[in-house]
Amino acid sequence: MPNFELNEEYQALSDMVRDFADNVVAPVSAQHDAEHSFPYEIVSHMGELGLFGLPFPEEFGGMGGDYFALALALEQLGRVDQSVAITLEAGVSLGAMPVHRFGTQAQKEAWLPQLTSGAALAGFGLTEPDAGSDAGRTSTRAKLQDGEWVIDGSKQFITNSGTDITKFVTVTAVTGSTERADGTVKKEISTIIVPNGTPGFTVEKPYGKVGWNASDTHPLTFTNARVPEENLLGERGRGYANFLSILDEGRIAIAALATGAAQGCVDEAVRYAKERHAFGHNIGHYQGISFKIARMQSRAHLARLAYYDAASRMLAGKSFKTEAAIAKMVASEAAMDNARDATQVFGGYGFINEFTVARHYRDSKILEIGEGTTEVQLMLIARDLGL
Amino acid sequence: MENSALNIVVLVKYVPDAQFDRHLIGDAHTIDRSESILSELDEYALEAALALTDARGGAKAGNVVTALTLGPASAAVAVKKSLQIGATQGLHVNDDALAGSDAWATSLALAAAIKTLGPVDLVITGMASTDGETSIIPAQLAARLGLPQVTFASALEVDGGTVTARRDGDDYSEEIQASLPALVSVTDQANDPRYPNFKGIIAAKKKKMTTMSLADLGLSASDVGLAGSLTTVSAAAERPARTAGTIITDSGDAGIQLVDFLAAQKLI
Repeated sequence: MPNFELNEEYQALSDMVRDFADNVVAPVSAQHDAEHSFPYEIVSHMGELGLFGLPFPEEFGGMGGDYFALALALEQLGRVDQSVAITLEAGVSLGAMPVHRFGTQAQKEAWLPQLTSGAALAGFGLTEPDAGSDAGRTSTRAKLQDGEWVIDGSKQFITNSGTDITKFVTVTAVTGSTERADGTVKKEISTIIVPNGTPGFTVEKPYGKVGWNASDTHPLTFTNARVPEENLLGERGRGYANFLSILDEGRIAIAALATGAAQGCVDEAVRYAKERHAFGHNIGHYQGISFKIARMQSRAHLARLAYYDAASRMLAGKSFKTEAAIAKMVASEAAMDNARDATQVFGGYGFINEFTVARHYRDSKILEIGEGTTEVQLMLIARDLGL
Repeated sequence: MENSALNIVVLVKYVPDAQFDRHLIGDAHTIDRSESILSELDEYALEAALALTDARGGAKAGNVVTALTLGPASAAVAVKKSLQIGATQGLHVNDDALAGSDAWATSLALAAAIKTLGPVDLVITGMASTDGETSIIPAQLAARLGLPQVTFASALEVDGGTVTARRDGDDYSEEIQASLPALVSVTDQANDPRYPNFKGIIAAKKKKMTTMSLADLGLSASDVGLAGSLTTVSAAAERPARTAGTIITDSGDAGIQLVDFLAAQKLI
């Protein structure tokens, strides 16, 4: 039988991050959310704890852990602050992981130590104004001229792309095309490292988002931006395949984050249901509330099982694409549903921004959209069924 | 000997988590330890030790920080957590006969355990346990080991063979020096304890963890437990539940009512 009990090391890591989340992150969450400020001090502290290095080998400053360790950390952070959790998630799986997975030894040595220590961040520019999950519609172009890539185009919704400590963004770009036998054109998509500060690379003003206010997100534009030829990350023409494998893993991470959010809503609702009195009892005494919270707990539990399963398949080297899609969809819906129920339990307070459940209510919606929408997950699951 | 390696013992205790309600069990003389953790006050002692040894090159340079606990099998959790945070090795004194030991009997067993570690430069403890809160173990232990003691230090430094500690009073601070070996207890103002990182959590598994019985320490059952204790708990009761407060409705004399209430409580 499968066994989802955490071993001593995973449990100790989870406990440590939980302690950190409750005592260091939570006290400043409402303020960063209200001020839309990036939590530099939290990022620096997470770096000291080794969280940015969790799934990387020690030779590049990593902690020698694995992707499941990262997922556990994301769950505990997601309980109290989704902005902080997504900053870590994107920093590791979109910033550092592509370099670790596809980079040359020189690229790894140049970039990884500062990323795995949390001293620097990097973004991954895939989404465009007119191209999301259908990445074949990518229109950003990179031409090789005199030993340099000349990049033109724009990217949309890029996390960690414009902080004071962001060093580069890895962008997908069309680097050529081939004609298929049927006469249609197949775009050659590659990934290229573009350091922040490169002339022609502009980090545009941050968005006014519904939630994830303390997370750094910008549109990016590239106008005749030139980087050395050796900034190509991975094989030319493999950009599409490379980012797909990164996204599969990322879905497990988002599922873990969403599970944390769902659990955070349960924890807050349980606490409040015991505190708040109405008509002679605490409101948790009434089944209208207790059953609602019982259902919330069930959603969080199922979401956790789903991401544990996808992660264990991934670590065992088995295929996990469908399981990751299921986990991502189930967990993000659990977060959204629990956030809606938790705000209902809190009544008027649930509608006040500084309350954790109100923040989860605003923050959780993006979980059903980012890293592949729910509809994209359904598409993947259906495709696995031969439909 | 300015920067020579240090051999430090840190006392760590496994105590009920102070964040939750605590309960008495059995004959009501014992606290329920089922939801227990490494005492938060002992984390300051461990941090003080690690800061000193880090500055001297850590374990690689021959520095040793031994996390020592005394308690039932479950108390090993406090030592394991200390190893994850950064202690070099662990020592756990575990013997059924220790149950019921007061501070006097406990300090006897702790002193015997420290003596098994050979020459020690410093013994560092927290300012109190968060359960018993006697704060007397450091003084008793220093006396039993024949060490100079500096208690309630809010800062400490070691320079050569001398430890310098600052003690903060309500309206004064004093600096106290003692020659090594010495015993120092530190307050919760002494430092900012670190969290374990994942590398530390993995590394802890390979660190040396020793468990000793009374016989290993050359003690007998009658030296400790209730027989070896000078004090016994004759009665203990849980604090009564909080009752609802007084609500003053302002109908013009709320200020007077408030002052009367505070005066009745002898608060003004």
